[in-house]
Amino acid sequence: MKTIRAPLELEDIRSLQVGDEVLVEGTIYAARDQAHQRMAEAIRAGRELPFDLRGQIIYYVGPCPAPPGRVIGSAGPTTSGRMDAYAPLLIARGLRVMIGKGSRNQEVKKAMRENGAVYLLTVGGAGAYLAERITAAEVIAYPELGPEALYRLEVRDFPCIVAIDAEGHDIYERPKE
Amino acid sequence: MRQIKVDLIEERVAQAVIDANTVLPKDVHGALQTARERETHPAARRFLQIMLENADIACRDRMALCQDCGMVVAHVKLGQEVQLIGGSLETAINRGISTGYQRGYLRKSVVRDPLARINTGDNTPAIVHISLVAGDVLQITLMPKGAGSENMGQLAMLKPSAGVEGVKEFILQVVRAAAGNPCPPVIVGVGIGGNMEKAALLAKHALLREVGRPNESPDLAELETEMLTRINASGIGVMGIGGNNTALAVNIETYPTHIACLPVAVNLGCHSTRRIKLEF
Repeated sequence: MKTIRAPLELEDIRSLQVGDEVLVEGTIYAARDQAHQRMAEAIRAGRELPFDLRGQIIYYVGPCPAPPGRVIGSAGPTTSGRMDAYAPLLIARGLRVMIGKGSRNQEVKKAMRENGAVYLLTVGGAGAYLAERITAAEVIAYPELGPEALYRLEVRDFPCIVAIDAEGHDIYERPKE
Repeated sequence: MRQIKVDLIEERVAQAVIDANTVLPKDVHGALQTARERETHPAARRFLQIMLENADIACRDRMALCQDCGMVVAHVKLGQEVQLIGGSLETAINRGISTGYQRGYLRKSVVRDPLARINTGDNTPAIVHISLVAGDVLQITLMPKGAGSENMGQLAMLKPSAGVEGVKEFILQVVRAAAGNPCPPVIVGVGIGGNMEKAALLAKHALLREVGRPNESPDLAELETEMLTRINASGIGVMGIGGNNTALAVNIETYPTHIACLPVAVNLGCHSTRRIKLEF
């Protein structure tokens, strides 16, 4: 199984094909609806973002509160389609990998093809399992959003499958049996 | 007349929401195991294995099965010979939820107003459905329902001429449109008949029935089996990646309807459909 780690170059992205199972290692950023809305506003207003998007990985998640002795609570993927309105803007700024669940729209796929990005699917509803693979979590922006804050996470052996590759091949559009 | 203190309801609800969010119901766990055995797609089999390991970890560590700990739907069966004392039933249920979601490190996902969207901070209020029944029973079934699956439900007011074929086509259409979004393998709750809100409520009630227990009517049981087979042949598969497990069950409930109506509602439950029954 392939392992990927940020920062990722264009050639790393192009080597990933739809259906490939991959493990994600190292630093990823966690953001969902409201954090995306704020980042998109910042980009449109020409303000600096809380982190440099180039080569990075964003995971669509709004975790549970961390129980005592844990770095994070349950933390599985949320439905990616709600981030479709913002994703092309982030991809144009260098975002290479998105992790979530469910399908993406044509604008996102177009931005992925043009800029070189992939969309990974992980196991929805496996929040406790995936939380065990997150070794560090830190809120880096928008703490007032609670579970919707922007987090920097460290992950190991984080299981994903390539759902849409940089050529636009889509796991959800493959012929069904 | 039997008296029940609402304080007791509050206390039991607080513990029950933690249990519901951390312990996968036995029937759902069993159905996931069966799905793993029969899965033909290698990646889908690994995903099913992860779902089962997730249930073990959640139970062992008292962690939420899913970070979406849902909005709680409470189905209450209240006997006419029960007197509730010390306050309101709905307040007691909501207080219990508030305490449980804090104590259990569960995510609070309810906003006060659907347009202003400010989080209430304690996952209340619940959606409470009360049915008044004979006797002195009190039963509260709690279902923390996540939005990934809830958002994929649909309702159709079919023409009676559409018949059973129209109903089948609508069920398939909803499941196909939902694809990987509701976290398949799903439980498909179907309500047929009544009127608009009755069909929706029947579909939700259908999700409370245990996986593997067919409808008592042989005709409806047959329809459930046929739809399960057809949905599993759709190729949507676990999390939408393909394979032969798209649904764990199709549960259908019906009610009499108007001569001019054929309402059908489909409510989807994810692979970790959570529910717990309290008896007082």
